[in-house]
Amino acid sequence: MIARLALPKDARWFQIGGQASILLTGLAVFDFRIGLTQIIAAIGASLAAQALGTLLIAGRFDWKSALITGLSLCLLLRANDIWPFVAAALIGTGSKFALRRGGRHVFNPANIGIVAMIAFSGAAWTSTGEWGSSPAFAILIAALGALVCWRASRLDAALVYLGVYAALVFGRALYLGDPLAIPVLRLGHGALILFAFFMISDPKTTPDNPRERALFVGLAALIAYVMQFHFFISDGIFYAPFLLALFRFIALRPSPRGYEWGAAPAPLRFRFARPRKIAPAE
Amino acid sequence: MKTRSFKKMMIAAASAIAATAAAGGAVAFCGFYVAKADTKLFNKASKVAIMRDGDRTVMTLANDYQGALKEFAMVIPVPVVLEEGQIHVTENAILDHLDAYTAPRLVEYFDEDPCALQEITVTASRQFAESASPEDARRKGDAALGVTVEAEYTVGEYDIQILSAKESGGLAQWLKQNGYKLPGGAEETLNSYIRQGTKFFVAKVNLEEQAKTGLKYLRPLQVAFEHPRFMLPIRLGTVNADGKQELFIFALTRTGRVETTNYRTVKLPTGMDVPIYVKDEFGDFYKAMFAEQTKREAERAVFLEYAWDMNWCDPCAADPLSNDELRELGVYWLDGEAPNQSVRPRRPAPPGGPADVFVTRLHVSYDAAHFPEDLMFKETGDRENFQGRYVMRHPYKGEAKCEAGEEYRASLPKRFEAEAQTLATLTGWDVNEIRSKMKGAGQSFDPPKKDKWWERLWGKSGSKKG
Repeated sequence: MIARLALPKDARWFQIGGQASILLTGLAVFDFRIGLTQIIAAIGASLAAQALGTLLIAGRFDWKSALITGLSLCLLLRANDIWPFVAAALIGTGSKFALRRGGRHVFNPANIGIVAMIAFSGAAWTSTGEWGSSPAFAILIAALGALVCWRASRLDAALVYLGVYAALVFGRALYLGDPLAIPVLRLGHGALILFAFFMISDPKTTPDNPRERALFVGLAALIAYVMQFHFFISDGIFYAPFLLALFRFIALRPSPRGYEWGAAPAPLRFRFARPRKIAPAE
Repeated sequence: MKTRSFKKMMIAAASAIAATAAAGGAVAFCGFYVAKADTKLFNKASKVAIMRDGDRTVMTLANDYQGALKEFAMVIPVPVVLEEGQIHVTENAILDHLDAYTAPRLVEYFDEDPCALQEITVTASRQFAESASPEDARRKGDAALGVTVEAEYTVGEYDIQILSAKESGGLAQWLKQNGYKLPGGAEETLNSYIRQGTKFFVAKVNLEEQAKTGLKYLRPLQVAFEHPRFMLPIRLGTVNADGKQELFIFALTRTGRVETTNYRTVKLPTGMDVPIYVKDEFGDFYKAMFAEQTKREAERAVFLEYAWDMNWCDPCAADPLSNDELRELGVYWLDGEAPNQSVRPRRPAPPGGPADVFVTRLHVSYDAAHFPEDLMFKETGDRENFQGRYVMRHPYKGEAKCEAGEEYRASLPKRFEAEAQTLATLTGWDVNEIRSKMKGAGQSFDPPKKDKWWERLWGKSGSKKG
C-alpha cells in the first residue's frame, strides 16, 4: 500500500527506467562495449518489428515492451557489427507475434533474440565478465530490479532463481572444499543479477501460478548451473529459460489467463507462502 | 585549433615485464614448484600460450624457473590423461617472439617544421626487456595411496608422470614420499581438482637429457588435448606464492578475441601522448601503469593488451609469427608457409585474406584473495583490433621564424603539461617529478599557474591580448 502513491501502474515504466540507468552506468563506468549506433539499431529494430506486428494483427501499438527488448539486448548482447542487434531485435520482438499459445507469446523476446544470435550467427556473443563483480553495481541492479519485479508481481521469481542458483554454487563449493570466495564471486556477477531481475522474471513468459512459476525459475537455475559447471557452456543462463519455454510451448497446456501489464502488485507474503513446498531445497 | 603534421618514426616495444619480476623468483602459473630442498621458492611471473579451436587445446607453458635444475618440479592439473604424443617441448624463442609481437608499444613522432612542411628523417629502434633463464630437476619413485601413475614419459629434458588420484590426502602423501615438498594449503586445492575429475601432470627435469640439449635453461612444455572446458588453472600457483604473480596469456583462436567469463576483462588504456623521456624507461612506465590500472580495478581485472589478426600489425613491435611458429604453438589449421614475411614498421593485411589466426594477449596480476577461482575463458566473435600503444611527440627543434612558428612554440608548454598529467594519471607517479624529468629530457616548461576562478570568467586583468 505504501508505494501506491503516485507510481505508474505499469511495471514497464520501472523496467525502462531501471534498464536505461543500468546501461548508462555500464557505459560510463564499466566501459561496456556497445556503440551508439548499435543501441539505436537494437531499439529501432525492436520498435519497428513491434509496429509491423501490431499492424498485422491490428492490435494496439505497445512501444514499451519493444523498448525493453531493445534495452535488454543492449545490456547483454555484444557484437562488432550492427546487424546482429537488428537481427536479434527482429527475431525477439517478431517471436511475440509469430510464436504464441493460448493468446500469449512463448519466449522472452530478448532471450530468444540473444540465443538465436549466440548459437547461430557466429558474430555475436555475450560478455558476462564485462559486468565484473563489483558489489556496488550488483546492489544497484538488484535494487532497481527488485522494484520492477515487485511491481510486476514477480519478485518471488527473481528471488527463487537466485536462491536456487546460490544453493547450487555454494553446495558445489562445499562439496569440492573450495573457499567460499568462489561462489561469492559467481553470485556477485552483475550479469547474473540483471538476468534474474530483468529477464527470467518476465511476467509475460513465466507461469502465473506461483508454484509453477517457482518450479519454472528453479529449473532454469538448475539447468543454467548444469550447463555451466558440467558441460562448460558459459552461456548456460541464457539457454536455460529458452529451453524451458520451448518445453512449455511443445509439451504443456497453455495457462488460462495471462498477466496483464498494469495489474496491481500481488502481495509478496502470499506468493512466498505457496511456492515454498515446491522450491528446490536450499 | 591548429593542425600540425607529425611524421611517424619509431617504435619501441617493451616486452613485458616479467623480466623485472623478482630476482631469484621462480615462476608458475598453473602449477606450483615444489622444492626438494628447503629453499623457499616464489612464483612470480609466467607466460602461457593457448591455442583453442572448438574443444581442441594446446597449452605452451614457458618456463622461467630460476633455481637449481635438479630441484625443479611442477604439478599441473590437466582435464584428461595425456598420451606421450600429446606432450611436447618447444623453443623459448617462439614464445618470446609472440611476446614481442603483442607487447605494448611506444610510438615516436617528430613534429614537422611549422613554417615549412618538410620531411624528416626516421630512425627505428626496438627494445625489449626480455628474460630467460631456468633450471631444474629429476625424478623418483613409485607409490600407492590411491594414486595411479597413469603413464610415464620422458619428453625432451623432462620426465613426466601422469597421475590420477582418488583423494588429495593420498596424492599429497605420494608427492611427499616422492620427495616433493608441498606448500601448505595445497592439499585443499588438490582435493577440489580431484573431485572435479582432474588428472595431474608432474614434470621434473631429466638431468641427462637436459645436458644433451646444451642449454642452460628449460624449454617450454606443451600439452595438447580436447576438452570443452576452456580455462587456465591458477589456484595451485597461488598456494606457495609470496605476493602477487604476473601472468601473460597469449590466446590463438580462429574466431576472435578471448576474454574471461568470471572476471572482468578490461582494455589497457591506450593511445595516450606521454613525455619523451618515457622512451628511456618504457619498461618502468609500463609496469607502473599496469600496477596503477590494476589498483583502479580493485585488483580484480584481467587486462587486454593486444587483440589482432595475426597477419599484420601497425605499428609492428615485432614481425607477425610465421606459419611454422604458429603451428609449433598448436595452430593446426595452417598449411604451408604463407606470406608471413615482414616489413616494419607497418605490415598491411596481405591480399590473400587474413591468416585466420587471431591473437589475444591478456595480462593479469593475481593472488588468491582477488582471484579465488581459476581463469575461465570464452572465445568471442570479436575481431576488432586493439593494442596498447603510447605516443611520444618530439617538438620541432629548428628555428621556425614565421608566425606559425611562434604560435607553435607558445603552444608547447600546454602540451607538455598535458603529457605530464597524462603520465601521472596513468602511472600514479608524482607530477612534479615527471615535470623535472621532462626538463632533463629537453621538454622544459613552467608549470602553469593556477588561474583564479574569476580570471577564468572574465580574463586576467591587464593580460595582453595576443
